[in-house]
Formats: sequence, structure tokens, C-alpha cells
Amino acid sequence: MPESGTLEVGDLHSYYGAAHVLHGVSLTLARGEIVALLGRNGMGKTTLIRSIMGLSPPLVRQGHVRWKGEDLTALRPHAIAQRRIAIVPQGRRLYASLSVTEHLTMLKNARAKDGWTLDKVFGLFPRLAERRHHRGSQLSGGERGMLAVGRALMVDPEVILMDEPSEGLAPVMVQHLEGIIASLKALNLGVLLVEQNLYSALEVADRVYIMETGRIVHEGTAVELRKTPDVLTRFLGVH
Amino acid sequence: MSVFQVLNGLTFAALLFIVASGFTLIFGLLRIVNLAHGALYLLGGYIGLTVATATGSYLLSGIAAMAGIALAGLLLDQTLLRWVKGHDLRQVLLTLGVALVLNDLTLVIWGGDTFSVPIPSVLQGAANVGSVFYPKFRLFVLGVGILTFICLWLMLNKTRLGALIRAGVDDAEMVEASGINIQRVFLLTFMLGSALAGLGGWLGGAFLTLYPSADSEILVFSMAVVIIGGRGSLIGAAVGSILIGMLNTFGQVWFPELAYFVIFGPMALLLAFRPLGLFGRAT
Repeated sequence: MPESGTLEVGDLHSYYGAAHVLHGVSLTLARGEIVALLGRNGMGKTTLIRSIMGLSPPLVRQGHVRWKGEDLTALRPHAIAQRRIAIVPQGRRLYASLSVTEHLTMLKNARAKDGWTLDKVFGLFPRLAERRHHRGSQLSGGERGMLAVGRALMVDPEVILMDEPSEGLAPVMVQHLEGIIASLKALNLGVLLVEQNLYSALEVADRVYIMETGRIVHEGTAVELRKTPDVLTRFLGVH
Repeated sequence: MSVFQVLNGLTFAALLFIVASGFTLIFGLLRIVNLAHGALYLLGGYIGLTVATATGSYLLSGIAAMAGIALAGLLLDQTLLRWVKGHDLRQVLLTLGVALVLNDLTLVIWGGDTFSVPIPSVLQGAANVGSVFYPKFRLFVLGVGILTFICLWLMLNKTRLGALIRAGVDDAEMVEASGINIQRVFLLTFMLGSALAGLGGWLGGAFLTLYPSADSEILVFSMAVVIIGGRGSLIGAAVGSILIGMLNTFGQVWFPELAYFVIFGPMALLLAFRPLGLFGRAT
């Protein structure tokens, strides 16, 4: 039974034009839980994130995305974000003409005191505070990742969908990111973590789904998966 | 280069900027090449003419021109453009059709004669500018142009709506996925851009006068400004306006037979080397 504070994807079928990309994907994500979604390139992970967020394309033709019991599939992306679901998209997609501060303040009235504020995000990422006047296009890879997470937090999310946040980061930055994700969990946020970086994902995740050609082919806890190298070999090509 | 000609270039640039800034705002954020922008300019001029004649208030006629064209923009966006969202070619053809219909409509209502929006006596005559006497009204247009630039710059760079518009120019989908109803930002921008066409028509109605083909002439100039300045760039629109204003003025003086080439030659050259314009950014 879906309880309050659970994101529930059920039998989701998504299409890019005539191409059938997701073939009945089901998964759940609760607040305070980190769920990793693994799989090789082109297996439908980003399509799933976009489908949950209501972004088009793809087109969802069947199935549901329920959040606290409400179906999100007919809602526009801004309405979904207003239900406290945030996204850290693949490639970060920062705004080239906005400063770091503007990335964070454009979403809220500057005097808003509820939830996440500019000061709180700067408290979490002191590096961003130093760079507050820089534009999105002038940041380093690690700073870009922090800003993408900070921007998502300004939505005051209960769930964050992260699409390959470790992409292009140096190992030390990946570790830093793992720490951030763990601290989000401590704040009772749910995180859906799409990753290519298997070891990073297993480090922080509670549960793991593996996707192959638009289907979930394995699900289990991260602890179990670490003990079953054959699954890793079969679906992810890890030896 | 006489002071008089420089002032001619700058005042024409100011008028161009007012019209082109609206064009580039809409083009930059909504990705709509609004070929009806010139027709909205002309309609704004005629509304200004009618209200100024009927009420005798110049200020009121300006407000009516801006508000009327903002409303026209609202109707255009909500009744027609909403059906062709995301289809560039259909948008272009649709706005071209609207431009033709509006042009015919103004011909039916106001006829084919040349009109000039009556201006108050305080703006008539000439003022002493350094060594020359220069028409006061043209200086007024220059002032309004500068004021428009300042207001737009402050709105875009110092307000939350401005940040949303700039973010939308960069990546509208991401703005939407962050909980902002981007359609509302689009609509506001479309109305603002249209209101600027109305403001331009009201000023141009006394500066260049109003006649049936005035819409396509100002549209061509605006497009040249935006191509040179770069899509969606306010600074680009300002720099492009000054360039075109000056080239137009000096082209007419120095190479009267080649006046159009003097404008579009450099534009074509710029397109070849900087397809995105001087201040345009790829997205």
C-alpha cells in the first residue's frame, strides 16, 4: 500500500515518437530513502526521470506516477515541482546568463523564510557563496554540480530526482557528493539516484533497481547487490 | 559628419530600439519570430492617432497605444499562437498571416492617407543643442528610447521576473521543472514585447508618420537590429539599433542610391562570420 510520502511508479510505458522506450517500469521511493537506478547507457534511465517529472518528450501512454496517492501523469512539470519533487538533470543545465545567487533566488521571493533559503544553501555549499557573483557558465565541474543540487533544494523538495550527479567529477568531488546525498537523507528527503558510477551508488543507496532496455530487471538492497557479483556482471558489465 | 546627422542617426536608433527590443524579447524567450510585430507597431500608431485626436491628450494616447497593443498581443498569443506552440514554421506563417490581416484592417479603418499623430505644443519646434537647432520631438523620442532601455535593463537584471525571463531564454524546460509556470512568464513577455511595439508606433506615428506600408518597413529594420545584436539580447538590440540608425542616416547622405545596401550588406557580412549576432548565445 502506498503510504503518504511515497513516490510510486507503476507499469509505466513511455514513447519517443513511435519508439517504445519504457516497457512497464515500476518502482517506489519513500522519503528518507536513497534509491539508486543503475544500468548501462541508453537503457531508459533518463527517460524514466523525465517521465516522472512530466517533461515532454517522452510521452507517457500507460501506467501511473503516484505521489502521496495523487496521479502526476496528467500534470505539467511546474505543477509536479510545486508538489515538492525536484530534479538535478543530466548535464546540470545551469543558466548561462544567471549568477549563482540568481539561480537560487529566482525561484522564491527574496524575503521567504520558509524551507530552504539562500543562506541555508550557502551554508551547505560554502564554495558557492564565494562564487555568488559568477555566472553558471563560469563555474568548475564540482561547483556546477553543487549549484544544480542547490537549485533543486530551493524547490523545498521532499523528493529529488538526480540524473548522474557524479558525471564528470573528480573522485574527491564524488566523495563530497556522497556526503551531500547522505545529509539529504538525514533531512528526510527521498533521493532517486541515476548512476553510471556503480561503486558510488552502492556507497550511498539503500535500495537498487537495475534497468535494461526499458525494464527493471533486478531490484534489491545495496547490501545484497554487493554480495552478488554475477548480477553486476550480467546487467552492468562489471567484473 | 555633422552634429545634425549624428542626432538624426541616434534619434532613429532610439525609435528602432523601442520596437526591436520588444521583437527580441519575444524572439529570445518564446522563440517566436513575430512577423506581426510591425503590424502591431502600425496599429499602435493608429490607436494613438485616434485617441489623441478624440481626447486631445498626448499622454493618454500613448497609454492607450501601449495598453491596446498589449491586449492585442494577449489575444494573438491566447487565441492563435497557442495552437502552433513548438512549430517554428507554422508560427512564422501564422504571424505573417496576422500581419497581412492587420494591415488590411488598418487600411479599411484609417484609409490609405498618411497621418501624423498630433503632438503637444511643448514638443513642437526646435531646441538648441550645442551648435545646432534640432526638432524637440526627435529629442523626446531619444529620451524615451534611453528611458526604455534603462527600465528594461533594470527589469531584466534586478527583478525576479527578469531573472526568470533570462533563465527561460537559456533553458525554458528547466525553469518549468523548477516549479515556475513558464507559460505565464511567456504570456507576460509577449504582452510586454507587444506593448513596446505599441509604444514605438505611437512615437513613430509622429516621427515617421503612419501609412499602409510603414509596418513592413519598421519590421525589416527591427529584424536587421535583432540579427546584428543577437536573439534575446537587450544590449544587442541597443548596439544593433545604433548601428542601423547610423548606417541608415549616413547611407542616405553618402550613398543615396545604395541606402538599403549600406544596412543589409554589413548585416549579411556579420551573419557569415557571427551567425548568432554580436551578443547572441547558442543554446
